Amino acid sequence: MTKPLLELKDVVLKVNRNTPEEITILNKLNLTINAGDFITVLGSNGAGKSTLFNAIGGDLSIDGGQILLNGKDIAHDSVEKRTRFLARVFQDPKLGTAPRMTVAENLLLAERRGQHRGLMPRGLNRHLDHYKELTATMHNGLDERLTTATGNLSGGQRQALSFLMATLKRPEILLLDEHTAALDPRTGQDLMRLTNERVSQDKLTCLMITHHMEDALTYGNRLIVLHHGKVTFDVAGADKAALTTEKLYSFFAEIE
Amino acid sequence: MSLAVSAIGQGLLWAVLGVGLFLTFRILDFADMTVEGTFPLGAATAVAAISNGMNPLLATLLAFVIGALAGLITGLLYTKGHIPILLAGILVMTACYSVNLRIMGRANVSLLGKSTLFKNHLLAALPQYFDSVVLGTIIMVVITTIVIYFLQTELGQGFIATGDNQTMARSLGINTDNMKIMGLMVSNGLIAFGGALVAQNNGYADVNMGIGIIVIALASIIIGEVAFGDLTLNQRLVAVTLGSILYRFVLLLVLKLGFSANDLNLISAIILALCMMLPVFKNVLNFKHILKRGLDTND
Repeated sequence: MTKPLLELKDVVLKVNRNTPEEITILNKLNLTINAGDFITVLGSNGAGKSTLFNAIGGDLSIDGGQILLNGKDIAHDSVEKRTRFLARVFQDPKLGTAPRMTVAENLLLAERRGQHRGLMPRGLNRHLDHYKELTATMHNGLDERLTTATGNLSGGQRQALSFLMATLKRPEILLLDEHTAALDPRTGQDLMRLTNERVSQDKLTCLMITHHMEDALTYGNRLIVLHHGKVTFDVAGADKAALTTEKLYSFFAEIE
Repeated sequence: MSLAVSAIGQGLLWAVLGVGLFLTFRILDFADMTVEGTFPLGAATAVAAISNGMNPLLATLLAFVIGALAGLITGLLYTKGHIPILLAGILVMTACYSVNLRIMGRANVSLLGKSTLFKNHLLAALPQYFDSVVLGTIIMVVITTIVIYFLQTELGQGFIATGDNQTMARSLGINTDNMKIMGLMVSNGLIAFGGALVAQNNGYADVNMGIGIIVIALASIIIGEVAFGDLTLNQRLVAVTLGSILYRFVLLLVLKLGFSANDLNLISAIILALCMMLPVFKNVLNFKHILKRGLDTND
């Protein structure tokens, strides 16, 4: 039996608390994520997808409910503490990398995600061969630019680097927030394929927000739909495989 | 000759400020106004401590510690109190003025007849002005080496990442608040250390000696960058010291032209403004060049 890795129980999250503009973004949301799940997350704008990620990541504090990692409540842990188990790739390629640092330096930073950083020399050189091999798997010339400042890379290269950084030190949970949306269609599809390869190879537990219905159907073993801050649709395995874009569109038409 | 030696000596002593400000201005990427208060704070601390019989070296190190405490306050106001960094710096700078008067008891305290770092037997045996060259070189080599080593450590890389991309740094588990506080503490510690050195070199501390300090420290950074162009991070840190020396030569030249020492703040501001606008000028000049070429082909 698969054990739940992360459980969200009756999670409530409001913005503009105690003001006339108070809005409830997550409204008693329940979601159980099992180890090895690759979940695609759909939902219209304002449904709470990004807010869900920010609640898991700790950027936003929740107003009610529980977030349990392996049964332990982590709802009050800081963003920094949660990075021990959590890695993220943001939609904006600029958010995921340090522009004035080189590709190799960025990877080295990611290598120590969530770990103590002390006054030991960083030891960049002994990692270079590994980084060369790793970046070569992206097939986009990143391996030729290890000593280039990431600010000088293309958006696609930067986003591929962000993805490598997120998976370099195996995260227990990987959050992908529309990480291919800012790229041109071809580059986006390349990264999407690489994402799928890496997630299945390393058996990562992954949540991926997307606006591409095709991607949501093609990738992952489970699909959820968020609506008004709740999970309104949740299919996995054979049920998900049987799902078509038409069925999804008609479902969306129903809930709107 | 002696004027040139004096300029080099002054440049080396003031370079401490450039390196200190580099940590916040260039790495954390914000302007910290606290330094205008911590420079005289360091001077006041060292002068008061020496006047009370403390060993000059200990007094100078004490100035570093007190400066770092001022930086800690700015850091807490900024990160925990959510006060914008510019205002947090101005608040601590303003408060420092009163603290400095309290420490010194009056607006100006002389070190006449007291021991200083410059009055030990080795330095006193040197020709005039060479004492600050020797001491300044030793101090800058030590400080630059420590800072370069630090920036290459795991912690130092996290510090750089904080200034470069805060969102990413946090998502990799780097506590960006602590990094900013640490940067402000070390930076202001160094500035106060510089204040202690300058006060001992001048033979007095004055409560108004902090005015324009941020411009002088920025000038060393910017002149170094303008003079030496594309450099690695480590090379840029060394360029700060060279920039500081170059800046002293520029001031020397200005004084030779007949300006008085009272004009120096105005001139420093103009030099810094010109250096910082250099990229704009370059664009304008290139534009003219292209325009001219375009006209030439029509001829």
